[in-house]
Amino acid sequence: MIKKEMIAMLLAGGQGSRLGVLTAKVAKPAVAFGGKYRIIDFPLSNCINSGVDTVGVLTQYQPLRLNTHIGIGIPWDLDRNVGGVTILPPYEKSTSSEWYTGTANAIYQNMNYMESFHPDYVLILSGDHIYKMDYEVMLDFHKANHADVTIAAMPVPMEEASRFGIVVTDTESRIQNFEEKPAKPSSNLASMGIYIFSWPVLRESLIALSRQENCDFGKHIIPYCHGLGKRMFAYEYNGYWKDVGTLSSYWEANMELIDIIPEFNLYEEFWKIYTNSENLPPQYISEQSVVERSLISNSCEIYGEVRNSVLGAGVTVGKGSIVRDSIIMRGVTIGNNCVIDRAIIAEDTNIGDDVVIGIGGEVENKEKPQVYSGGLVTIGENSVIPSSVKIGKNTAISGVTAVKDYKDGILAGGEILIKAGDRI
Amino acid sequence: MKAVGLILAGGNSRKMHELTSKRAVAAMPIAGSYRAIDFALSNMSNSHVQKVAVLTQFNSRSLNEHLNSSKWWDFGRKQGGLYVFSPTITVENGYWYRGTADAIFQNLDFLKGCHEPYVIVTSGDAIYKMDYNKILEYHLEKKADITVVCKDLEPGEDATRFGTVHMNENYRIDDFEEKPMVAKSCTISTGIYIIRRRLLIDLVERCVEEDRYDFVNDILIRYKNLKKMYGYKIKSYWSNISTVEDYYHTNMDFLKPEVRNYFFNEYPKIYSKVSDLPPAKYNPGSAVKNSLVGSGTIINGTVENSILFKKTFVGNNCVIKNSIILNDVYLGDNTYIENCIVESRGTIRANTRYVGEDGVKVVIEKNERYAL
Repeated sequence: MIKKEMIAMLLAGGQGSRLGVLTAKVAKPAVAFGGKYRIIDFPLSNCINSGVDTVGVLTQYQPLRLNTHIGIGIPWDLDRNVGGVTILPPYEKSTSSEWYTGTANAIYQNMNYMESFHPDYVLILSGDHIYKMDYEVMLDFHKANHADVTIAAMPVPMEEASRFGIVVTDTESRIQNFEEKPAKPSSNLASMGIYIFSWPVLRESLIALSRQENCDFGKHIIPYCHGLGKRMFAYEYNGYWKDVGTLSSYWEANMELIDIIPEFNLYEEFWKIYTNSENLPPQYISEQSVVERSLISNSCEIYGEVRNSVLGAGVTVGKGSIVRDSIIMRGVTIGNNCVIDRAIIAEDTNIGDDVVIGIGGEVENKEKPQVYSGGLVTIGENSVIPSSVKIGKNTAISGVTAVKDYKDGILAGGEILIKAGDRI
Repeated sequence: MKAVGLILAGGNSRKMHELTSKRAVAAMPIAGSYRAIDFALSNMSNSHVQKVAVLTQFNSRSLNEHLNSSKWWDFGRKQGGLYVFSPTITVENGYWYRGTADAIFQNLDFLKGCHEPYVIVTSGDAIYKMDYNKILEYHLEKKADITVVCKDLEPGEDATRFGTVHMNENYRIDDFEEKPMVAKSCTISTGIYIIRRRLLIDLVERCVEEDRYDFVNDILIRYKNLKKMYGYKIKSYWSNISTVEDYYHTNMDFLKPEVRNYFFNEYPKIYSKVSDLPPAKYNPGSAVKNSLVGSGTIINGTVENSILFKKTFVGNNCVIKNSIILNDVYLGDNTYIENCIVESRGTIRANTRYVGEDGVKVVIEKNERYAL
């Protein structure tokens, strides 16, 4: 019989629509982060560093990039004889076929996978947060409290607490109540969406709520367990934790890595973050270049100026070009004499010569002001920006664009220019 | 592929001085991300050679560490694989490898057990890119017994460090000298050979029987008139690291755009062991010009015309010029380094100054890193 004490189920099926064109063709967990990493590397590395060697990754939205990135799990040492990483997409059943309709529904549909490992505990993770956490310590906490459910929670400033799901605990950390985005929060402990369930409790709850539409952990399973009076505890976490769900927070989290001693340090020997590292040559910085306050990945070729930026692998910055406060993902080519300010440029985009990105004042985005904000210019993967155009703030571009798409050679602030893929 | 690969990586070079006191020449770091043997291994892999044996002896631990998995070069398949042969004591044999031919002899069982008709022999300390299939085609076309890959040296280069060959108009080798006092030819052997497997077994067995142990002197030179040896000339980049100067210049070659482009961008690629290191970090005060920078590096100072390998830490106000900093070196604040090779895992105290006055200086500092 195969037996694993704790297995992890990693929810990676979400679109992450607030990342706009960045997630037009990839699921949010597969979005690049910190130069060479992808968001899902953080929970996956946490798993293996915590000794959790069995991870089911639930995929649904645009899984291709995620599938190729994870493969059989070699970078995380998750290629195991027993267990390891398994990609779990929705599948057809003899009586019914449905997509994953909610977080808990997705887990419910993979009951057989979990049962095959005879786990004592199941760890539920989501693939869209940047943090380092020892799940084994959380499990010890769970065991010490004889808990049925343990929810990781972190203190947030009281004035921000109304944006989160709040847990109210007693002095023993036992959860008394839940408040979902409360107007007047009675605690500042925010749920991080990380749960440890004792397997029988999870199994019973999932079966009981199997007919629940869009069955969700936060909305249905947790309240159900609470209603039954299960022993639920909050595991307080005080380290770095960042939700990168919006373009602004995604940009900010990347920029925080540049600090001299960043709060989230990738250079520590302890608790390494693993990723699908390709075999790449070193980076080259030319005679005329200026590089300061930046993270630059392998095989980049820099001939211009790079400041306050995070560059993925294989980026070329042409002569006389200036890149400031930007995130440039792998394989992007930037021509000569460009000026790029506060931009997020996704994979394999080609930018011509003399392009100016981030001009003018801040104008609210016309179609999606809640997505494209913060003065950022967001360019989707495999886009082409022709030479000599100017691009305003709070804009989004995706696809192969030509000069004629730019009125008078300018994409004004607040505009969206989509030539390929869905308008998101 | 109709050939197996043999990489001779056992040798030491006294002219490498302290740089090989803890590693084999084939394990020398190259170009910020690689080690010398990666080039031969990648060539094998890219030529679809499935079975490769590496013969190691001197300081073999360093190589074994690098070759800890064959997956980096895409070997380790069900057919073929990467084999590392260090000398071992057997019932019949209690010697170290007494020479290159002896190294092959002591592992003759490997060659006898292969079914591929040809053997590609190369050294682990040469930096080059090559499709061995082309050499093999040439070998068949010439109906050669042994094909030797040759290169013309640039005028002014010293040929006496190499084996020099002379070919007739049909490219048949009629003269072969190892490290001659006076070089009669500027064509040198690159140490890459193709030979029929049965013939190699035969020659090596005969050679050791006569108490001869060197592949070049006792096989190539001794049989040069008896066997049909042909030269295959290459014009592409080839460099052998056998002295500190060679090593320094080979690395510095990678600062030239054409060399970098040839190895880094042109198909096929060179593979190496992947290390899980974060991107390089440029802090305020960093000023990097014309340099190669490996991953995991943190830079606070000035770096010019240099190669920083992986995990280098450059402190505040440091100046590094025309130097090679090997893996995992910590340079304290205000350090000045010019014309040096700084040995890996070194820790250099703040305010230190090292300048290679006449020629390259090898710097080895073993201070306690966390007691600075």
